[in-house]
Order: sequence, then C-alpha cells, then structure tokens
Amino acid sequence: MSTDIGWINAALAAARPQAVGALLRYFRDLDLAEEAFQEAALRALSSWPKNGPPRDSAAWLIMVGRNAGIDQTRVRSRHVALPDDDAPLSDLSDREAEMVGRLDEADYRDDVLRLLFICCHPDLPATQQIALALRIVSGLSVKQIARAFLVGDSAMEQRITRAKARIATNPVAFEAPGAADRPERLGPVAAMVYLVFNEGYSASADEQPARAPLCEEAIRLGRLLLRLFPAEPEVMGLLALMLLQHARRPARFAPDGSVILLEDQDRTLWHRAAINEGLALLDKAVRHRRSGPYQIQAAIAALHARAATAAETDWAQIDLLYGGLENLSPSPVITLNRAVAVSKARGPEAALAMVEPLGDRLSGYFHFHGLRGGLLKQLGRMAEARDAFGRAIALAHSPAEAAHIRQILDGLQGP
Amino acid sequence: MLYAILCYNEEDYVGAWTPEEDAIVMDRLGKVQQGWAEKGKLGPVARLMPTTAAATLRKGKEEPLILDGPFAETKEQLLGFYIVDCEGLEEALDKARELAAANPGKGCYEIRPVALFMPGGPLSP
Repeated sequence: MSTDIGWINAALAAARPQAVGALLRYFRDLDLAEEAFQEAALRALSSWPKNGPPRDSAAWLIMVGRNAGIDQTRVRSRHVALPDDDAPLSDLSDREAEMVGRLDEADYRDDVLRLLFICCHPDLPATQQIALALRIVSGLSVKQIARAFLVGDSAMEQRITRAKARIATNPVAFEAPGAADRPERLGPVAAMVYLVFNEGYSASADEQPARAPLCEEAIRLGRLLLRLFPAEPEVMGLLALMLLQHARRPARFAPDGSVILLEDQDRTLWHRAAINEGLALLDKAVRHRRSGPYQIQAAIAALHARAATAAETDWAQIDLLYGGLENLSPSPVITLNRAVAVSKARGPEAALAMVEPLGDRLSGYFHFHGLRGGLLKQLGRMAEARDAFGRAIALAHSPAEAAHIRQILDGLQGP
Repeated sequence: MLYAILCYNEEDYVGAWTPEEDAIVMDRLGKVQQGWAEKGKLGPVARLMPTTAAATLRKGKEEPLILDGPFAETKEQLLGFYIVDCEGLEEALDKARELAAANPGKGCYEIRPVALFMPGGPLSP
C-alpha cells in the first residue's frame, strides 16, 4: 500500500463537516465533538493505509469518533457494546456495513446545516460566528482563518475560544433552529459559505490541489442552503457567484504556477456548464427585484462570463454594478475593484483619482499598490509606478503574486 | 412506439460528485448511448440543471403564479415535456404562459434549464 497519505487527508477534509456535525448532535459540546473527530482522524491515519478507505468515510469517522468520545467522558451506552481500547482496528472496518446501516446519509447531511446554524447563533457577533464556522465546519487552521480576516493569529484564537465558550453556556444553542429563526441566521451562514469558498479560491497554484475542494464544499453548501430557502434571491445570487467564479478555475494558473489575469485567460477553458447554471440562477434571482451584494457580484461575474473575449467586456455596466455595491456596503476594497472597471471604461486618470484617496485605509493591501502601479504606468509616471510595484511585492502573500509584479516591474522602461 | 426514459436520482448524491467523477459517469453513459445511436434507436437526450435552478408556473384564478423551485403537487403527474430555445427565464415563462392559456383545467409547468442537449439522429421505425 502506498505511503502517500494525501488521499487520506482529502477524504478527512471532505468528511469533516458531516462527521463533526453528527458528533456535535450526539455530544452537544463543540470541544468534545472536535476532539472526537481528531481522534477518529488519527485512527484513520493508522487504519486506512492498511485496510483501504472505508466505503463511507463520514460514517466510519462518526462511529469511531463517537466511541472515542464516549470513552473519554466515561459514559457507557447501554445499547451498543463498545470495542476495547486494545481491539484491533481492522475489527472496526469489518463492521463498517453495519455502521452505515445505522447512519442514514440524509441524516448527517442535515447535520452540516445544523452545524452552520449553531455557529451562526444570534448571541454571537458576526465575526465570531464566521470564524467559529470556518474552524468547526471546514476545519481550517486558526492561521488560515486569521488570514481570511486580515487579523493576527492570536486575536483569532481568542475570538474562536470566546465564541465556543459563549455557545457552551447557552443550553438551546445546540437545538436546530426552527423555521422562524432560520431567516435571521441566513445572512451570517451565507457569509460563512462565501468565506469558505474564498479560502479555496484565493489559494495559490501550489495550494490549489489541497484547497480547491473548499470551493466545491462551499458550492455544495450553497446548494443545500438554497434548497432550504428556495425563494431567497440572495442565496440564488451567492450560489450563482460561486459557480461563475469557480468556472474559471481551469484557466487561472499557468503550468509554472504563475497567475493568469482574467483578461489573459483562455476562455475556452472555462467550465461552461457551471457558467450556464450560474446565469440561470441569477436570472431567477433578478425576478424578485430584491437586489443584494451577492446578486450584484454575481451579475459582475456574469458580465465577464458572457464576454467571448476580454475586449468585449461591458466595463461600463460593471462600473455601474460596482457603484450599486458601493451604495449597499461601502468598502475601500469595493471602490478599488470599481476603479479597475473605471480604468477600462473611462481611462486611467479617472481610475487613479478614485484610487488615491484609499491610500490611508489600504496601504497594507497588495492589490492597492498593484493597481495603483498599473495605473501610474499607463499614465507614463514610471518612477512612481516602480515605487508602487515595489510596495506591492513587499506585501505579496505568495511567491506567485510577487513574481507576477516583478515581471511587470522588469518590463518597465524610462525614468 | 417511442418511449421516454426519465432519469431520477438524489440531487445530494449527484451534486457531490467531483467534476472528474461526473466526467466518468457521463463517459459511461455516452458509450451506452452510442450503441443505441448506431442502431438508429436514439432520439434527443437532455440533462437538466439542479432543481435549485428551476421555477414553476402554476395556473391561478386569473394570473398564473410563478414560484421558485419545482413545486408540482404529488397528485400531478408528468405528462410530457418541451425543449424550447429562449433568451432567458422571462421568455421561458412567457412560453409557459402560452401553454397554460391553451390548456384547460389546472396544472403547472416546471421550467428547468437544460444543462446538456444532444439532438440525436432519426429514429428507425
């Protein structure tokens, strides 16, 4: 049997939301559920290479985790005989069919949503809800989550600990929310799903194999969410947005791992079926005439998807849509994105005028300096452009990002 | 006699396939279809998008009611289907309205975007 454990890690990550969700339903304690999952994952690492993957990884992890958790709390079930600590692990695999029989698949798929809604409990501030959900549901490391939120590791650790403590003291937190409570928690849940998506989408080329599944997981959760709220246009918009962005995946990186910008991508590589589904969902959402940030972002992605070549992109329309987004949820990053559209529709001067005032708030942001450098370059202000690109390189998150800017910098001529 | 074969499965299950797994299934189905096509037994084939992309036009007292999702009642049975070429959902809904107006009684029309369409060849008698 191969010593490569990559496939095990992938299987563990995929099964995690279901397994932790089911364990939480059983133990009603976030820490215990997480520990039980960790224990089950450890046992999988020693058992699966010998015995091969179980037919249903999630069911295997739930059963093993449940037994480990019970063992830990010294609570003995009266109905299920537990294996001895010394029992060979292969025995567990032999009973796999029986376990699967007891764990209805539909049941633990619902557990994922229960888990999402618990993490998004209204007693918690939104940032804590989302951080907790990323930690518990998706199993992201504190470091990854801290990066997604642009805060330090220790601050994020604290935030998550606090959120867990708060939920632990609330006896009703573990009840699945009733129909009336669900809409109230929908916003944070949707935000969380999109952050999971972004965690996968923003990964660099060498991280892609490990993190692209996060995008698929987010899309799966988005579908699940839309089936719970079939008439909610923002959920349609969210799913559309994720599908439209994910559709570009095959064209986003060169074989050497460098980033290929949207305008340089080979559009024939885009995933047509995902684009069409995204467009259909957006079409459906628009009929509700209740616009929202996800729908607008999906509409922007749709304009890119509809353009057969980069030159045919309707930048004026994208500029308008970003304007709408700025009104709904003002943010310097949105203004920065709008400036890209403005530079295409109205030229670099107008765009630079828009970008300059953002310097105070975005001075630590890679894309701010990258875009500013690009605009200065177009205006022939080479020395300033060089300076801006230099700052961008210093702030790059990955070697690929830095290499991309360095390439532009090398191409700069003149004083 | 021509027969329609309607495919049912759980969306959760099908939706959890990775693009690679999906491609393998489509490839296997393609081989089955190819055998039928060579004998002149294969007409049009369509794969529908998930039900989350569906809308339903239900005949009301005056104006038809448009709902999100597939909401046929269980006592309603699938009677037939159309494949129409539309610019978007609005046009598809208009077409469904025309059908609703031409048809007596109750009933509803589910509008499901088609993900894949293969016209097939002429069927042998």
